[in-house]
Amino acid sequence: MAIELRMPALSPTMEQGKLARWLIKEGDAVRSGDILAEIETDKATMEFEAVDEGRITAITVPEGSDNVPVGTVIALIEGEGEASSKPAASPLSAPTKAGAQAETEAPAAMAARAPHIPAGTNMKTVTVREALRDAMAEEMRRDSRVFIMGEEVAQYQGAYKVTQGLLEEFGPERVIDTPITEYGFAGIGTGAAMGGLRPIVEFMTFNFAMQAIDHIINSAAKTNYMSGGQMRCPIVFRGPNGAAARVAAQHSQNYAPWYAGVPGLVVIAPYDAADAKGLLKAAIRSDDPVVFLENELVYGRGFELPELDDHVLPIGKARIVREGRDATIVSYSIGVGLALEAAERLAGEGIDAEVVDLRTLRPLDHDTILASLRKTNRLVVAEEGFPACSIASEVIAVCMEKGFDDLDAPVLRVCNEDVPLPYAANLEKAALIDTDRIVAAVKQVCYR
Amino acid sequence: MAKPARSRAAAAKSGADTENSAENSSASAETPFALAEPPENDFALRSLQEAHGADRRYKASDEELLTFYEQMLLIRRFEERAGQLYGLGLIGGFCHLYIGQEAVAVGLQSALDNGKDSVVTSYRDHGHMLAYGIDPRVIMAELTGRHSGISKGKGGSMHMFSVDHRFYGGHGIVGAQVPIGAGLAFAHKYRKDGGVCVAYFGDGAANQGQVYETFNMASLWKLPIILVVENNGYAMGTAVRRGSAETEFYRRGTAFRIPGMDVDGMDVLEVRQAAEIALDFVRKGNGPVLMELNTYRYRGHSMSDPAKYRSREEVQEMREKHDPIEGARKELIARGIPEDRLRDIDKAIRAQVAEAADFAENSPEPELAELYTDVLVERY
Repeated sequence: MAIELRMPALSPTMEQGKLARWLIKEGDAVRSGDILAEIETDKATMEFEAVDEGRITAITVPEGSDNVPVGTVIALIEGEGEASSKPAASPLSAPTKAGAQAETEAPAAMAARAPHIPAGTNMKTVTVREALRDAMAEEMRRDSRVFIMGEEVAQYQGAYKVTQGLLEEFGPERVIDTPITEYGFAGIGTGAAMGGLRPIVEFMTFNFAMQAIDHIINSAAKTNYMSGGQMRCPIVFRGPNGAAARVAAQHSQNYAPWYAGVPGLVVIAPYDAADAKGLLKAAIRSDDPVVFLENELVYGRGFELPELDDHVLPIGKARIVREGRDATIVSYSIGVGLALEAAERLAGEGIDAEVVDLRTLRPLDHDTILASLRKTNRLVVAEEGFPACSIASEVIAVCMEKGFDDLDAPVLRVCNEDVPLPYAANLEKAALIDTDRIVAAVKQVCYR
Repeated sequence: MAKPARSRAAAAKSGADTENSAENSSASAETPFALAEPPENDFALRSLQEAHGADRRYKASDEELLTFYEQMLLIRRFEERAGQLYGLGLIGGFCHLYIGQEAVAVGLQSALDNGKDSVVTSYRDHGHMLAYGIDPRVIMAELTGRHSGISKGKGGSMHMFSVDHRFYGGHGIVGAQVPIGAGLAFAHKYRKDGGVCVAYFGDGAANQGQVYETFNMASLWKLPIILVVENNGYAMGTAVRRGSAETEFYRRGTAFRIPGMDVDGMDVLEVRQAAEIALDFVRKGNGPVLMELNTYRYRGHSMSDPAKYRSREEVQEMREKHDPIEGARKELIARGIPEDRLRDIDKAIRAQVAEAADFAENSPEPELAELYTDVLVERY
């Protein structure tokens, strides 16, 4: 009886991979523990070991195949003698929920690209991960004061491979592996910024930055004010933020509202590759301390990026990523992708939704939010995060204070459930914001 | 009780050392597995302390000692006046006085190269700023929350900075200045500017986790930093022995391969000499040094601390027997400096402090518009 070997998921967020090399061929006998293949994920090349024993009867995906979805049957093994029990149907064999998102964003969604990109600029598809890396590399080439420190940023090439290649280009004096000591290295980075350098401090995730939040807030954000403007702290704290996939409560939180509540900080949370690059470059050049919130689930997504020598975007400006007349969906980070999906579906039902990507959360671009509200008179905030005291709460307050006369319906927020993020797949799905909920909320504000 | 006087501390420590060595030798006799530390490593960690023991006091010229005396006296009189202004309601909030600890800042900072070295300390920061030659008027005006204060009145006693003097604060969170200091040292090394950072912290801060995270990285990366524990005996109201398992703070770097030095912080010449040894070691690229400066604060932790956790007699004894300013005065007189000259210095300092207090009292409060300035550097 044939055993199906399937493309394995080699990280919590892996959705597809490249079958780089087969180390066996049809007809070979394999034993448990034998290395069958090398599989390249977006983060690393991993070895794929045999669990079952038997003879390879078919290789169904040839080596060199790109973008093989997790769960695809890649080979068949015939058990010798007694047939091994067939592996239980793995949840991996079902298409993962974000699978479709891995594709390049549809050009339609990008229609409202920032106007400063000159007509005729060549566009290139890059992942958010590459865009972030390129932003750092370009700024490090431009300014010798810029360096990066964090856990596994150098020799390991980044826990999420965002710093890939930087060590080779810039050397160990500017690409610095730290011990696992967030409080300490956040403080050292802050001191280095006060001493005139321009550090980029990578947190492996912002969940771990809670250990360091004292330096981000008390040392980095407040010192300029407390010194009467004498003490600069030009530092970027960056890393993935928000829910990843199946890593449960301690590794799945969106800290945007925490940092966005602190005067003295700039807080940026981009969605696509062009914004990730343009805003990270701006953050590194800023004389203010910046918290730069990325999203692990978005790292591998490809987007169109203008091929410009120096793609820098303005901090503090939201962007209309899709124009519409009937209702506004305000979002940021991973929520923007969901909002765009929701808008597509709503279009099919005759509702023309506008999508606003906040991009910068502090200072918040009130003007763009209110201008969109003035046009559509209905607004929903979509946020992958807890609902209470959220960015959504703040946007709603702004609409009440400054846009009340433009409102034809109460502003609604669509957020995660107000619980620590659970591990079980069904509970996790139930806890997280999704397109359905955004669609329902937009219909509600449109009284449909 | 603290161990401010070296003689007393040394006696207590030599006793402890004897005990330890006895324990060690019996342990190694009983178990063949007891591993001795390689002697050369052991020496590296102790070498500075040994150098310090061999030559404890700086050979100051009369003029140098007079300058130290003058600087310490300025701090003393300034702090006394700050205490007064606090009592009058002109200074608000928390105000931590440096009285008793003057020899530490003066001895250490006199050894620095002001053109390139940097300093960072805690909220008990007035003395360090004065020792750096920062104008007492702008410090006092910051204490009274006036526009002409060094932070435009927006920082107060605990948050003062002078980038021009490479004085990087003035930090209100206990222990935070230690990694910040390592960051300043990182910047010295990165820029190869030859500078050293001196990061001061108290015996209380020495129990913060971030301090040890910093020890590890500072040693790992051989950062040019002198880590100075000002052990004044009390972490607010908690005596050192009630809050610290290892009360010999200079030994706490050993686990991170940072050499330690145990210094009498009540003797400005001993502090200065120790600073020279430490600076020489750090400037040669050997990485950090941990100095414990045994000192004593005469006043409470802050102005609102009645200091009921220690006896009047204890404070009195320190003042009478170990006062750093009185010690320097006696030495100057023994060297034949006329008392008149010391009286003139005293008079000049009183006048300087009175002028600073007047300035601080009469400067206007910040404009209301200042409320919104300096939050961010750039406009977005």
